[in-house]
Amino acid sequence: MSQVSYQEITENGLWKNNPALVQLLGLCPLLAVSGSVVNALGLGIATLVVLVGSNLAVSLIRNAVTDAIKLPAFVMIIASFTTCAELLMQAFTYELYQILGIFIALIVTNCAILGRADAFASKNKPIPSMIDGFMMGLGFALVLMVVGAVRELLGNGTLFADMHLLLGEFGRNWTISISDNYPGFLVAVLPPGAFLVTGFLIALKNIIDSEAARRKKARQALAPEEKSSRRVRTTGNIT
Amino acid sequence: MSFISQSSPHAHATNSTQRVMLTVVLATIPGALAMVYFFGVGVIINLTLTIGFCLGFEAAVLYLRKRPIGFYLKDFSALVTAVLLGLALPPYSPWWMIFVGCFFAIVVAKQLYGGLGFNPFNPAMIAYVVLLISFPVQMTQWAAPVNLGDLPSISEALTKVFTGTAIDGYSGATPLDAFKQSESLTVADIYSQKPIFSEAFFAGAGWEWVNAGFLLGGLFLLWRKIFTWHAPVSMLAVLALMSIIFYDGSSESSAPVLTHLFSGATMLGAFFIITDPVSSAVSNKGRLIFGGCIGLLVFLIRHFGNYPDAVAFSVLLMNFAAPFIDYYTVPRSYGHSKPRRATEKVDV
Repeated sequence: MSQVSYQEITENGLWKNNPALVQLLGLCPLLAVSGSVVNALGLGIATLVVLVGSNLAVSLIRNAVTDAIKLPAFVMIIASFTTCAELLMQAFTYELYQILGIFIALIVTNCAILGRADAFASKNKPIPSMIDGFMMGLGFALVLMVVGAVRELLGNGTLFADMHLLLGEFGRNWTISISDNYPGFLVAVLPPGAFLVTGFLIALKNIIDSEAARRKKARQALAPEEKSSRRVRTTGNIT
Repeated sequence: MSFISQSSPHAHATNSTQRVMLTVVLATIPGALAMVYFFGVGVIINLTLTIGFCLGFEAAVLYLRKRPIGFYLKDFSALVTAVLLGLALPPYSPWWMIFVGCFFAIVVAKQLYGGLGFNPFNPAMIAYVVLLISFPVQMTQWAAPVNLGDLPSISEALTKVFTGTAIDGYSGATPLDAFKQSESLTVADIYSQKPIFSEAFFAGAGWEWVNAGFLLGGLFLLWRKIFTWHAPVSMLAVLALMSIIFYDGSSESSAPVLTHLFSGATMLGAFFIITDPVSSAVSNKGRLIFGGCIGLLVFLIRHFGNYPDAVAFSVLLMNFAAPFIDYYTVPRSYGHSKPRRATEKVDV
C-alpha cells in the first residue's frame, strides 16, 4: 500500500471528503440530534472516539481476516467500541446519555464509520488509520456542531445552553441568549430545520470550493503568460 | 416584416404569464374586500407587507442569480404569491413573522428551486406551513369578525403589527376552531351557543361572505379560462360528500356541509391555491385526482386531526404526489386509439 501523506488525510477528513458534507454519510444522527450544541458535541465526541478506536483495531487485524468475513468482523469491532462509548457516557454524562438515547447505540450503524473501516483502515497501517479516523471524526463532529449551533440559535435564540450536561459545573454559565423575548423559530428545531441547515451548509461549501477553483484557474491563466514572455526574451538573446 | 403562413385555427391567444397573473390578482378582490370589511385594516397591512417583502426578496435573489430583474418581476408571479400569503395569514400578524414567511415563500420555496415554473411546491403554502409550525400562538389568533365586536383602529393595528403589543379582546375563534373546541356539544348546540354561528346566515359569521367572495372570484377565473374546472370541482365535491357521510348532528358529528364549504380557507384553496399551474397535476384526469385527494385530506385533517383547518397541509402533500399522478394519467394523444402509459416504451 502506498504511503499516504498525513496532510492529505487531514485535508480529506476536514474538508475535501468530509463525511457529513461530501460523503453524506451518517445523516441519521446528524439530522436527529443536532438540535443544540451540547447534543451535537456529545454525539460528535462519541462518534470520534468510536471511529478512532475502530480504525485502529481494523487496521491491526487487516491481514488476519479474509474478505469473506471482513464486514461481520468490522461490525463486531465497531459495536464493541460503541458499547464502550455508551457505557462511558452513562457513567460520566448520564443526563446527556438520556437525551441522546438510542442515537448513541445507533453509532454502530453510522455508515461513515463502516465506510472508513472498509475504505481506509483495512488497507493502511495502524498510525495513518488512527489519524484518518481522528480527522474524519473531527470533520463529522465539527459539521454536527455547526448545524447544532445554527439550529439552537434560530430555534431557541440561545447558544451553548445546558453545556453543564457535558462539561460539568465548568460549562454551566456558558449560555448566551439573544434577547429575553425571542419568539422561537420552531421549524429550526424540528426535523425540517435539520435538512434546511444541512442543505445550506453543503451549498456554502460548494460555493467556497467553486470560488477557490475559479481563483486557481485565474492564477494559472496568469502564470503561462509570464513564462511565455520570459521565453521570448530568451529566444531574443539567442538570436 | 414577417409573413409566416399559418394554417387554421387563426385564433390568437392573448394569455401571457403576466396577463394570467394579473387576472388572478384581480379575481381575489371580492374575497379580499369581504375580508377587509369583516376583519378590518389588518388585512390591508398584511397585503402591503407581503407585497413589499415578496417583491423585494424576488428582486434581491434575481440580482444574486444574475437574472434580469425587471423582466421577471413583470411576470407578477411574486405578486400573486404575496397576495395569497397576505390573505392566508391572520390579520394583525407581527411584521417579522410576515418577513420570515415571505423569505420562505420566495427565496426557499421558489427561487432556490430555480424560479417560476420549477417550484415543486406552492410557495405561499410553504410559507404558511413554516409559520404555522414555527409560531403556533401568533398563527392561530384570528380577529373576530366585525359583527361580533369592534375592530382595532388603524393606530392600534399598526402598534400591534410593528411593536408586537398584544391587543386582547379583538381575537376570536374561527368557525372551524369553534367546532374543534366544543367536542361534547351537538351540532345544534354549537349553532345556538357559539356567537360565530348564531350571528351567521349559513356557515359562520363573516367567513361565509369571505368564502363567497373567493367563490365569485374563482368563477370569474373559470369564465376567463385561466384554469379548467376539474381540480376545484373535484375538491369541493369530495369535501361535500365526506361531510355528508360523516354528518349526523350528534357531538361526534362532522361540521355541516355548508360550514365545510364556506369557512376556513376552502374557497381560497379550491380556486386560487390548488389551481396553481406549476405545482399541480397537468392533465384533466390528473387534476380530478389531485383535487379529489386534496378534498379528502382537508376533510380528514379537519375532522380527525389536531388542526382546525388543513388546506395548506393537504395542498403540500398532494404537491408531492403531483408528478406521480402525472406519470399515470398521460392523456391520449391525437391519432392514437388508446392513451400511452408513461411506463410503456415509445414505438416510433
